[in-house]
Amino acid sequence: MKTESSYWVKTIQNGLIGGGIALLLSLIGLSVAFKSTYIINGIFTMGQVFAFTAILFESYISVQKAPSKNTLTRLAIGGLTGLLGGVILVIAIALQQVVNLRSVLINFSPDLIKLLTFNLSLTPGLLVLLGFSLLLGVIGAGLYLLPVRIRGAILQGILTVIVLGLFRDLLVTVINLWGFVKYAFLWLFAQSGLSIPGAIVVFVVVAALVFWRKGRESKKVVITRNPRQQRMLRWGGIGVVAIFVLLLPPILGSYFSEIFDQVGIYILMGLGLNIVVGFAGLLDLGYVAFYAIGAYTFGVLTTSEAVGILHVNFWAATPIALIVAVFAGVVLGLPILRLRGDYLAIVTLGFGEIIRIVVLSDWLKPILGGSEGIQRIAQPTIGSFIFNNQQKLYYIIIVGILIAGFISVRLKDSHLGRSWMALREDEDVAEAMGINKVITKLLAFAMGALFSGLGGVLFATKIGSVYPQSFSFIVSINILSLIIIGGMGSIPGVFIGGLALVGLPLLLSQFADYRYLIYGAALVFMMLVRPEGLSPEARRRLELHEEIEEIPHEETATILKTPGELGGR
Amino acid sequence: MLRTLRQRITLTDIFIWVIGLSIAGIVIWGTISTLQQGRYSGSSWLDLTIKGLALGGVYALIAMGYTMVYGILKMINFAHSEVFMSGPFTAVFVALGFSKSGFLDRQPVISLIIITIVSAAVSTLIAVLLERIAYRPLRSAPRLVPLITAIGASFFLQYVFRGLYGSGSYGYPAIKIFEQSVTFAGIQVHKTQIAVIIGAIVMMVVLYGIVQWTKIGKAMRAVSEDKEAAELMGINVDRIIVFTFAMGGASAGIGGILYTLLFPVVNFYMGFFPGIKAFTAAVLGGIGNVPGAFLGSIILGLLESVGPNLFLTGLGIPSPSQLKDAIAFVVLVLILIFRPTGILGERISQDKA
Repeated sequence: MKTESSYWVKTIQNGLIGGGIALLLSLIGLSVAFKSTYIINGIFTMGQVFAFTAILFESYISVQKAPSKNTLTRLAIGGLTGLLGGVILVIAIALQQVVNLRSVLINFSPDLIKLLTFNLSLTPGLLVLLGFSLLLGVIGAGLYLLPVRIRGAILQGILTVIVLGLFRDLLVTVINLWGFVKYAFLWLFAQSGLSIPGAIVVFVVVAALVFWRKGRESKKVVITRNPRQQRMLRWGGIGVVAIFVLLLPPILGSYFSEIFDQVGIYILMGLGLNIVVGFAGLLDLGYVAFYAIGAYTFGVLTTSEAVGILHVNFWAATPIALIVAVFAGVVLGLPILRLRGDYLAIVTLGFGEIIRIVVLSDWLKPILGGSEGIQRIAQPTIGSFIFNNQQKLYYIIIVGILIAGFISVRLKDSHLGRSWMALREDEDVAEAMGINKVITKLLAFAMGALFSGLGGVLFATKIGSVYPQSFSFIVSINILSLIIIGGMGSIPGVFIGGLALVGLPLLLSQFADYRYLIYGAALVFMMLVRPEGLSPEARRRLELHEEIEEIPHEETATILKTPGELGGR
Repeated sequence: MLRTLRQRITLTDIFIWVIGLSIAGIVIWGTISTLQQGRYSGSSWLDLTIKGLALGGVYALIAMGYTMVYGILKMINFAHSEVFMSGPFTAVFVALGFSKSGFLDRQPVISLIIITIVSAAVSTLIAVLLERIAYRPLRSAPRLVPLITAIGASFFLQYVFRGLYGSGSYGYPAIKIFEQSVTFAGIQVHKTQIAVIIGAIVMMVVLYGIVQWTKIGKAMRAVSEDKEAAELMGINVDRIIVFTFAMGGASAGIGGILYTLLFPVVNFYMGFFPGIKAFTAAVLGGIGNVPGAFLGSIILGLLESVGPNLFLTGLGIPSPSQLKDAIAFVVLVLILIFRPTGILGERISQDKA
């Protein structure tokens, strides 16, 4: 009896939390920013997704932990949670009518209230909002009560619809280049988001596919291929990806190429930081320093302005810039060899900021241009061919990534790579085993600085100018986030992290203001729920033993996927 | 004997000492040549010193949050700078409201107290929520995990407040009773600076008293000494940790109001530099050590306000005050390299550093 009554308290708590999160997301402006980004044209927008998902999610959690097995009680629990979430929103809106909260909370606009009350006038709107929250709660509970297979299919279907709707602009741009094939797909999309029939078709197809695949999995059909086939498949896959990657700029045009250039530079630097943080376990928060050093050295060497010194071309300046960056990496690395963990992080942060402040000051203005920076930086040339636009520079960046990726892959399992990992696991033991701490750590800093410097060079040549504002602490956080989200020490993780964290906010301009909010939330969420990252390094080991560990592997994977585990509270 | 000495002194050590000595040399040389040039009069040095003391007092209140949390959880609460920001950034609306209605001019002391309470309450709330959501589930995780969480939380909070209140800056209204300056043994001192110094000292005494002389303070010290043993002795460790965060938050919120008396502009990114500097001060004094945080803060405040003019003018560096933040960071780097235990710290061995 006592557990039951305490459970109702828990339910109320969940409802209030759901409503609180929904209100917070609305008040920071996420909902309104997406108010006209339709997922399904005319039906619902991404703004509503942000406003209400928390309520749905909390009801799901409520039901999941409910002690009662009675279906009706569970639905009631879900409904109550949802209703309470709605009550929070209603109270907030009512309060706004009495006192003008907007003078403090700038996003509490009439637009937000219209969004939350479904464009109705106030009183019926609030009632509908309450009813809708109740409905969401019941739906959340209902979702939990469905068999796993159906639930998975429905959730995947909804998720796919949301993703396709959200990226409608990009998809339509790409599809329009496909000649007459485009008419087979264009009808799926509307002016904004998916069209209604399109959404239904996408949902049904995806849900059916997932349902069918889940069914096959449960029958445990294990396809075994011999190693040769596997290798062929792998190289075939790599070949397809390579051709796709090479063809991207002409497919996407200059606007999207510019985005991919930025993503590429971040991936390149991510690969470098992955060596320092992921392989060697040295948390470096001042990684931007080497980026700045690379960019500024390159700028000073190649600019045609008066502040420049040598006025050399791209190919002569790049090695010099890289040498300077590596030298800086070693010089900064030497004094901090003895520090570990959080102190190391803070010292490197300090270095990064010192570099930025010094560059910005009047003191070095004659050389580095102060706050005006350096303009007219050289672009790469081969013979008479100039890499003078974003589509051409893309290939230079790809070459950079290939070099960095190749070095990373080769280093990972080398003697040096294993020394790094030994140092990461236990510094004292590693040293006792005969690993030279000084050299090993310095090499990690040097490699990191090398790629960061290269990133700086490419950045400088891409923008054509460098300003101290481009080298703030937030860049370091950006790169750190992408390797942590991707999975520390995992090379594919860097690519996934780069595309997800740098690519998505650039593709969806509405996200621009919320980029760092999402980074921060993602970092916290990842550390709480899945500290190994999206593409964890350890997975590779599991893959090697797929036949043996088939069943436990599958189990852990499905357990991790259930939202209950993701709740993590 | 000679061999062990040679083994002990590595190339790295020599390199570090060369850096240290050359920085010391530059500082001494800069100081001497600045004093020889005699560009600043004695009273302007005193002026800078008082400014530095006021600044140091504010840093001390922020540093309390870092040092107490570090003392108990052995983690750097990187998001503390946002705890500091949240209070004054929220209380500015109260202050603006009071200023509009004229209450601020009629009852400056009462309104200042209300503003301070609001600020402290918001900061406390944020600190406690932060502990509950972000840090408590990770208490037994490897050391880097909570640090990364803290960095994430820091950015999350910054941009949540940006979303809530907007990306612009707000100015605190001027308080009339603080506007004049008083002459104090022949030196003119701003009343705000006196108020900040007094406020900081009172707060430090209160905080020190709580930690040293109350039962809950005793429990805090016990938890910081040994969590398991404290738990066995009947101390509710979770409650003590929440209390520590709350105390750090309240102190940061009050420090935030004192900060706005010195620099009356608030925005969502205002926390970063004071936060890092307060952390530097906490490390400088010996992290985990309450009097150390105070001492470190005063030293850092003085270095930051007197330092650029004293050390750099003589070297012929134009507009040296642009580099005041760099000085704080150089102090941070040097102290972590040469004496990570800080001035008063002795308990932290190398494996904790």
